[in-house]
Amino acid sequence: MIADLGFGALVITFVISVYGAAAAIYGGIKAKPEWVESARLAMLLTFPLISIAALSLIYLLVNGHYEIEYVSSVTSNSMPYYLKVTALWGGQAGSLVFWSWLMSAFASAVTLRKWDRDREFLPWVIVVSLITLSFFVMLVLLFENPFARIWRMPSGQFIVAMLQPAGATLASMRDGQGLNPLLRHPGMIVHPPMLYLGFVAFVIPYAFAIAALVTGRTDDRWIRITRRWTLVAWLFLSLGLIMGGRWAYDVLGWGGYWGWDPVEIAAFMPWLTGTAFLHSVMIQEKRGLLKHWNMVLIILTYSLVIFGTFLTRSGVLSSVHAFAQSAIGPMFFGFIGLTFSISLYLLLQRWDSLKSEGEMTSLLSREALFLLNNLLFMGILIVCFWGVIFPLVSELVSNQKVTVGPPFYERATAPLFAGLLLLMGIAPLSAWRHSTAKTLGRAIWKPTILAALVGLGVPLALGVRSWPSLVGFFLVALVTFVTFYEFWRGMLARHRTQKESLPVALLNMIARNRRRYGGYIIHLGVVLMAMGIIGIELFQQETQGTIPAGGSISLGNYTLTYKSLASFDTADGRNVARAVVNVEKNGKPVGELYPRRDFFFESQQPMTIPGVRNTWEDDLYVILVDWLPVSSQGASFKVYVNPLVNWLWLGGFVFVLGTLVAAWPDKESELEPARARRRTAVTVEA
Amino acid sequence: MALAWASGVFAQDLSPTPFPITDDQVNAVAKNMYCPVCENTPLDVCPTQACAEWRELIRDKLADGWDEKQIRTFFVERFGDRVLAEPPARGLNWLVYVIPPLVFLAGAYLLFRAFRSWTAPASTPAPKTEPGEAGTSDPYLERLEEELRKF
Repeated sequence: MIADLGFGALVITFVISVYGAAAAIYGGIKAKPEWVESARLAMLLTFPLISIAALSLIYLLVNGHYEIEYVSSVTSNSMPYYLKVTALWGGQAGSLVFWSWLMSAFASAVTLRKWDRDREFLPWVIVVSLITLSFFVMLVLLFENPFARIWRMPSGQFIVAMLQPAGATLASMRDGQGLNPLLRHPGMIVHPPMLYLGFVAFVIPYAFAIAALVTGRTDDRWIRITRRWTLVAWLFLSLGLIMGGRWAYDVLGWGGYWGWDPVEIAAFMPWLTGTAFLHSVMIQEKRGLLKHWNMVLIILTYSLVIFGTFLTRSGVLSSVHAFAQSAIGPMFFGFIGLTFSISLYLLLQRWDSLKSEGEMTSLLSREALFLLNNLLFMGILIVCFWGVIFPLVSELVSNQKVTVGPPFYERATAPLFAGLLLLMGIAPLSAWRHSTAKTLGRAIWKPTILAALVGLGVPLALGVRSWPSLVGFFLVALVTFVTFYEFWRGMLARHRTQKESLPVALLNMIARNRRRYGGYIIHLGVVLMAMGIIGIELFQQETQGTIPAGGSISLGNYTLTYKSLASFDTADGRNVARAVVNVEKNGKPVGELYPRRDFFFESQQPMTIPGVRNTWEDDLYVILVDWLPVSSQGASFKVYVNPLVNWLWLGGFVFVLGTLVAAWPDKESELEPARARRRTAVTVEA
Repeated sequence: MALAWASGVFAQDLSPTPFPITDDQVNAVAKNMYCPVCENTPLDVCPTQACAEWRELIRDKLADGWDEKQIRTFFVERFGDRVLAEPPARGLNWLVYVIPPLVFLAGAYLLFRAFRSWTAPASTPAPKTEPGEAGTSDPYLERLEEELRKF
């Protein structure tokens, strides 16, 4: 009954979405506001409808309706209540429902904004949102139905179908297979919703871009409307990536946070184009340049959002042939091709009206440096895209599977990331429109000398000799000094002009220019993250050894002594093997660690939970590899020392804080940038 | 079951060999290899039984005096290039290394040409501005910059 309700709600959602898209197209072309209003109401209705479907599925998950195939595959009696709820996005079918649910929430939120001055955009924003939504709902209905039941045929065979086959009876299942153990960690519970929120939120700026192309209103109005949407999308995507990294560090047990896995890269690619877009739109707002490029970037971001979902949901990553045999893969492929082609067609149609209002006057101007920043982001994107695609191309062309792993990505992207850091240090000091080597040099020489003293001097004094890390530390110091210099200059000026105390001046300065100073806070977050990345990537130490009880293993300044190991079954279906390890640093005891291995009986899967000692200097990260359980004679441990890695997580917090500052609503009118640009132009001409 | 799984692997770890090979030596070879089953998990850290057996195989080969290159060739001959962390640079695989720099250089060239066309000599000299001056969208910031110049 509940399954029928959920399925029925999805069917109605699909019908209404298709109707809404069609009504919006008709209303937009024929200039009939009543049709557009009808489409708007249809879009508004999708949220409660998909809510019914999603809540029905959650009800089935929580109440153990194992006759539903999806419920049976992702939950079990032994799972706690909250995990049964989060199992909504623990499998393919449920995650597509969840994706659609979030999409409908964002689409509905858009319909509720004031449309008075942007009425002409409305039908086309509806069209894009509803076509995207209907595509995902269609996938759920036709290929990945989470409400399908398991039926027992008279022959004893089990089949999965939504409706009762002739002569079949509903299968009686007492328990399910349970959620993949790796997905039971808090990091994995929160991280996919963050990514999905980022993905669906990026549909909104794309929808406005398409509306601008269709209507011919190609000024920067669409950018101003979507500025906050874009920042929110970017915030969620960034959060998803950072949390995913933390989850990998805590759960996957390989001592790292990022493995250049295609699934990670699938989420990283729209983030790259989204970040390039966030920088590039500023050039359009300030200078009226790069209108074509901003369109290209948002079209790419949308396509990569769908492509990322396609990569992770179509089975294409495990085999091209599996993709060809599955129905969902070609559907995704067709949808991406269609939306990308239509977007490009619209862009070409409006090419002439997207001409720049000004010109670049200096290679060292801030807009020129932003453009270089875009080139570097695109460079990283090319590496990522090609690295993910190449194994598929190879399999398709030569039937030879290959692995494109971390060494490839690290070698190819490291110089590009270094270039981005360098630009992050230079660009804030360059001027819009016109900047010469002389003016830039005058602004930058002090921070550069300070950066050389601190960024090179301190590591050299500590005995660091590897040049990649010295370059990295220098760049980190440069960005830090330049960013603080910018805060200092602004605060001091306000302190003098407004007669405010320094802390008040700082706060008011940030409050008056959220985007600028939020951006600088984000840069500081990136700097902290870069510190952590340099630490773990270039200075990580590791060893593995098998030691008897009472034996020791040493790495860096640490000595680990294996005390004991206990193996026991838990009520939630696990066998836990938990070792107790004494840790000494420089000969002094600093505590115990408890690395363990959980073995899940339901899924027959092991899971490695490291024992970790966190400090700002480094992490001691211990993994229980193997053990001899009967006599407790000994155990194998893999030990990592990960220097500076906690700066990476701290940087994540600062990064998110900066994005919140930049995205926080303020009183600034959406019209102001255009006025400001005109005013600036007048000032400059005068 | 878990106990049996664990002890099966471990028994080999503790068995004495004529030329003891450390786990670190095994991992140094396994680090840049992947087994065909556990996609995207490097062999040195993969917790599955199959990967543990591969690591033992590497240990045996090292004990027999094989070097890393010989061991990698051994696995490639049996399981294909996919066991390596990067495709060997031959045949079609060259594309993986050539395409990204080519596309990036093409992008850089296009950008450079665009710059040249955008920065065509202007009829009037460009105004002198200080860092952060022009284009600030806020009257307050303009005042701020003015104050900074005096400062």
